[in-house]
Amino acid sequence: MLLITCPHCGERNESEFIHGGPARMRRPQDPSALSDEAWVDYLTVPSNPLGAVDEKWWHARGCGAWTVLRRDTMTHQFLPRSDDGR
Amino acid sequence: MAAESMRLDQGGRIDRARTIAFTFNGRNYTGCAGDTLASALLAHGERLTARSFKYHRPRGITGAGQEEPSSFVELLGDHQSGSQPITTVQLRDGLQARSVNCWPSARFDLLALNQLFARMLPAAFYYKTFMWPNWQVYEPHIRRAAGLSFAPDADRVVGTYETRHWHCDVLVVGAGPAGLMAALSAARTGARVLLADDGTEPGGSLLGRKEQIDGRAAIEWVNAAVAELDAMANVTRLSQACAWAYREANLVVVTERAPSTPGIFQRSWRVRALQVVIATGALERPLVFHDNDRPGVMLASAVQTYIHRYAVRPGRRAVLFTNNSSAYEVAADMRSVGIEVAAIVDARAAIPADAAALVPGVEILAAHVVAATDGRRSLTGVHVRARVDGALRRIRCDLLALSGGWNPVVHLFSQSRGTLRFDAGLSAFVADHAQQPCECAGAADGRLDLPACLADGAEKGLDAARRARFTGTAAAAPSASAGPAHGTLALWHVEPAGASDKAFVDLQHDVTVADIHLSLREGYGAVEHVKRYTTAGMGIDQGKTGNINVVGTIAMAQGLPPEGVGTTTFRSPYAPVDFGAMAGARGGPVLLPYRHTPITAWNIAHGAVMVEAGARWRRPGYYPRPGEPLQDAVNRECSAVRENLAVYDGSPLGKFEIRGPDAARLLDLLYTNLFSNLEAGMGRYGIMLSDDGLILDDGVSFKLGVGHYLVSTSTGNAEEVYRHMEHLLQIERPEWKVRITPVTAAWANATVCGPQARAFMATLGTDIDLSNAAFPFMGLRHGQVAGLPARVARVSFTGELSFEINVRARDAIALWERVMAAGAPLGMTPVGSEASHVLRVEKGFLSLGHEVDGTVDPIDLGLGWIVSKQKPDYLGKRALEIRRSSAKPRRELVGLLMEDPARLVIEGAPLTPNGARQASEGFVSASVWSVANRRAVALGLLTNGRRRIGETVYVRMKDEVVRASVTAPCFYDPKGEKLRS
Amino acid sequence: MERYSLWSLARNALTHHQNWQRAWRSPPLKAEYDVIIIGAGGHGLATAHYLARNHGITNVAVLERGWLGGGNIARNTVTIRSNYLRDESIPFYVKSVSLFDDLTRELNFNLMYSKRSMIDIVQTSPKMRDLRRRMLNMHNHGSTYESLSVEEVRQRIPSLTGGGPDSRLPILGGMLHPDAATCRHDAVAWGFARSADDQGVEMHQNTAVTALLRGPDGRISGVETNRGTVRAAKVAVVVSGHTTTITETIGLRLPIKTINLTAFVSEPVKPLIDVIVNCPDIGVYIIQSDRGELIIGGANDLGLSFRRDIKQSVFEDAVVAMLELFPAFKRLKLMRQWGGTLDIAHDASPIVSRTPIGGLYVSAGWWGGFKAVPAGGYTLAHLIAKDEPHPLIEPFSLERFRHLDFVLESGTTTAR
Repeated sequence: MLLITCPHCGERNESEFIHGGPARMRRPQDPSALSDEAWVDYLTVPSNPLGAVDEKWWHARGCGAWTVLRRDTMTHQFLPRSDDGR
Repeated sequence: MAAESMRLDQGGRIDRARTIAFTFNGRNYTGCAGDTLASALLAHGERLTARSFKYHRPRGITGAGQEEPSSFVELLGDHQSGSQPITTVQLRDGLQARSVNCWPSARFDLLALNQLFARMLPAAFYYKTFMWPNWQVYEPHIRRAAGLSFAPDADRVVGTYETRHWHCDVLVVGAGPAGLMAALSAARTGARVLLADDGTEPGGSLLGRKEQIDGRAAIEWVNAAVAELDAMANVTRLSQACAWAYREANLVVVTERAPSTPGIFQRSWRVRALQVVIATGALERPLVFHDNDRPGVMLASAVQTYIHRYAVRPGRRAVLFTNNSSAYEVAADMRSVGIEVAAIVDARAAIPADAAALVPGVEILAAHVVAATDGRRSLTGVHVRARVDGALRRIRCDLLALSGGWNPVVHLFSQSRGTLRFDAGLSAFVADHAQQPCECAGAADGRLDLPACLADGAEKGLDAARRARFTGTAAAAPSASAGPAHGTLALWHVEPAGASDKAFVDLQHDVTVADIHLSLREGYGAVEHVKRYTTAGMGIDQGKTGNINVVGTIAMAQGLPPEGVGTTTFRSPYAPVDFGAMAGARGGPVLLPYRHTPITAWNIAHGAVMVEAGARWRRPGYYPRPGEPLQDAVNRECSAVRENLAVYDGSPLGKFEIRGPDAARLLDLLYTNLFSNLEAGMGRYGIMLSDDGLILDDGVSFKLGVGHYLVSTSTGNAEEVYRHMEHLLQIERPEWKVRITPVTAAWANATVCGPQARAFMATLGTDIDLSNAAFPFMGLRHGQVAGLPARVARVSFTGELSFEINVRARDAIALWERVMAAGAPLGMTPVGSEASHVLRVEKGFLSLGHEVDGTVDPIDLGLGWIVSKQKPDYLGKRALEIRRSSAKPRRELVGLLMEDPARLVIEGAPLTPNGARQASEGFVSASVWSVANRRAVALGLLTNGRRRIGETVYVRMKDEVVRASVTAPCFYDPKGEKLRS
Repeated sequence: MERYSLWSLARNALTHHQNWQRAWRSPPLKAEYDVIIIGAGGHGLATAHYLARNHGITNVAVLERGWLGGGNIARNTVTIRSNYLRDESIPFYVKSVSLFDDLTRELNFNLMYSKRSMIDIVQTSPKMRDLRRRMLNMHNHGSTYESLSVEEVRQRIPSLTGGGPDSRLPILGGMLHPDAATCRHDAVAWGFARSADDQGVEMHQNTAVTALLRGPDGRISGVETNRGTVRAAKVAVVVSGHTTTITETIGLRLPIKTINLTAFVSEPVKPLIDVIVNCPDIGVYIIQSDRGELIIGGANDLGLSFRRDIKQSVFEDAVVAMLELFPAFKRLKLMRQWGGTLDIAHDASPIVSRTPIGGLYVSAGWWGGFKAVPAGGYTLAHLIAKDEPHPLIEPFSLERFRHLDFVLESGTTTAR
């Protein structure tokens, strides 16, 4: 059971969260501009690294905020995100 | 009853005044309070306490604690349990224990016949035989012979299992010298400390030795330390508590086997600690040589523990076999209680002077090994020789104490993913780099002498407290003497005399050095291969004393250093734990909470048959009159809806209020159809897709006002849709100004339906204009109904004129009772989910669990109008297009009328071309008896179904084929005149 | 290959077992092969065996970064069955079960194959409906499912004392799948390895592939390993869990993610459960091994993971679910627990396929892959040998994602 840091609530037990999968590129404003192949890729191909992955967590049994956090898929440790934003 | 011939008159941590009667293998004995089953039997001179797993060789007691690899018992009667080491059973009044794996008794075991076939039964023999005619001919016999004990009867458990969460700054595992010092150091800084010790009393290794601390008996120091800790408010101390798992993020699981709280049988703690100090000590390992498994062969440290802790003499004339100096203290202790020490066989060529000085007058055979033993049911002598060849010499003895070196107990450290390294001086694996905030201390960190343990514990405890941001100084280590210096000579096994030598490396599973060599010879060379091939280390003791010798044996055979071989993975639990201890009170409705509406009690009181619906809602299936069968009740309820007046509780439908300037944009993105052009006070049926084009949900959503909507979802998917919406807003469109409030439980409803519904609403009393002009189908109006504030919606899931009366949840019962009272003279009928299913099938309305099976999109379902062509984008739009751009034929929603009008078919039954036994071209999604049509009707999905209306298709069941004709998927009021009336 | 039999066991006993042949050799690694199989797991070893046996292709190297058979084949819960939902899936698993039925004889290695039957304990109506739909579809493909009443379920599983009419989720009935079986998982790996080796295939342990290599024509040309470059015109990635780690070295991204699945065993007890027990409504399944241990599994962890560790909450959920139906097991003890990495495709169905890179094949997305080992190897061998999919795996091609033609076995939504 991970200890997840919600930006509003601080460190909380994993049981308060619902996992939202790896983060992916922002959904394009105009999907029709992408080729079919690119859209299929966007829908079905996730990040799957052995190492650091950005993933989404929903503090469903807490404040209700969605957060993107960086976690190592081998050690399960949370890592700082160097870039700003999502 | 036999006398306690081997009990010492004085000493030990037992209470001679309190005798305890027990039975073992059917015979009666007595012991003292404080004894284990092992110590009590040894006190009686009982040695043959078990039979080995495969060969059924006579076995005795090897160790004194959890590490015991030889003797396992099951407890009968009130204290029933599955197999456990004989050394961990605390003596209690009325205890009945029995050796496992032997029949009729350990003394006389018929299966000892296996020994005659021993040569045919090397490791992994079963992979090479038992193939003809097939394994299942042999399997029942193998299964009966395997399995150590019978499963214990859980009804005998007195008290409950409890679980709790715990947070602390420093968790100290082990209350031996290092653990106590660590706890003192940390606690004195003010840090919150949890000290968990596996023993029945604190002290660890000090309980089994004659040590002095600060000039007094060590136990006095232990008592003082414990008294200080118990007096501190920031310390929690647990006894008989095993820390058996180290998970991610410093979560450690500890289970108390005998908490002092009355009524609690066992208590598990899920401990989240900032820092962990692992002071779990070290375990002695045995030496490996031919016939090293006879009763009377014991670990030297166990002999010491029986002498000092249990006041038992495990033998009368002893030989010690060692490769390090700790055995010399044991020899001295033996002499002090009258055990004759015939010889010390030391594999080392040079014996340190400080060790030899402990045993003046004892014959020390340097550079010698024990090569074999004698004695069928009990040791009678050993054969020793010089290490490098030499003639065998027999020494008479009834006790052989083995000291093969010490293994720091790094199990928890390894579970935490800390890495290990091989320490040549100790000839053991020790902790190297931690991966989580923890540290090993004392003997667990490879410090084998007492002063070093005390100092190390003090320092590590303070370090832990400091890392948890507390300040202070380390507890001052008391003085103690070091004992002889430890110098261990690696001796993984004595060189065998011949290929038939039985030198046991894993006593529990009867794995010998020859088995390991066989495994390597056959190419199973990785340490994990050897383990799986031989099953070494896979027993209840999980190889605590044997695994290192397995590694060493492989290393010797392959010419590698032990670190080149590596260890097998350390897996939780450290020691076996009851399943009940992990579950605690979770179960039944605690595990799966029911969801009720306020009407549930009324439903049950009125005879409703309640069913488990989606998302754990408890809903009425039907309301049978006394003696009324299911189908009759459903028919009656359906008739009431179609012909007269009925009511159902639609409260579980998901409901969300959406507010904000971007609310309309949100709905337009979520649904396939346009919502932003909805008028206030009106609703619209919509379908939501996931972005990869699968149908996520359907429901009717309303516009309440400017930037204010009420979204309703199916019962089962409410949580999933909520997640979907919040994800969309917070992750994809954080710049949008919209807020979502779940109101599923805030509003309850009673939905009144049927041709008399409008008239009934007037009877019930409302200030809402109910005329069709003022309140059209899909409208939503506010007002008073039956004297209660309400939102009324004209939505229909049954196809009849309906008024969904939504009130605050606290008014639900009042509303329902008023509806039933006003409706009684009119024949108002409550209706359950079974009837709802029939009614919606008649109308061809979708059900997510039936027609929507992941292969169809809204167009396939005949809802092409719902897929907006105007909107440039909505979730799933592109996926829909991409999917339809393939040439694959699509399955479409159709109606099915069976050739036999009374025939119902299993929902899910496939439709196959010509009814042949082959891949399907569709399936029956729903099949019901329709009162309105006076025949059975069905819905299904069928390849190119809409082009095949009028065709005959075939429902293929196991042994029959049912013909049906394809129709449009609606069997009642296809123009929807009733619901629009 | 020396034959294993009672006779050979007896004969070798006379010489104290000094003369058994190695089950597989450790030959030197050559610079080139016709086929490289990455991963000596169940599927990889089966593929090697069938490449040789069915297609006469023996100049094959199986490269394994750790010890042979050390991946999921070493740590799964041995449930062999074919009770799937979709027409696309059922025939594949029926084939796999039939290959398993004869595998001990074919490999001359006792897999301890026990045709036990499986019983699904049904506690909700939607699940009953789902299983009945499976039953009728399965029947059309030669697999059997039969309804059982509550009484019949309890008769076959006497230790099932929970789920009574007053419990939280009363048992509604059951489904019997007589085709189901268990066996010893390590034996499957060792049996295939020994047979493949005997036919000339080389197994190379401690040989980690660090990158895939392409030639100037864009086709696969071999692999880079910790022991040097090895060339081959055909390379198959059969590694589970680490599939994308390997394919991304060549820029090939796949619609799969890696997750953790755990299981645990109890102390060994006398025979208690004779069938495979599955409880789909509360999420737990139980088998008793021939050693007497109960092998128990539950749901997978959520979130990407390569850690092969236990998540306490998931573990407790499985225990609680088990005790809900088997309250008598409260006092039984946990003896060992472990985790494994598997990959799961976007639609949670397997991928056995060519890739856009000529000569590169992938077999991945096996969520419940032990039962598929023989058919997975059989069909992958065909695919490699002929560069054309065997009919049984046509639905499992990567191509299906091009038009989002998901094969949805588990539920109606994609795996998240």
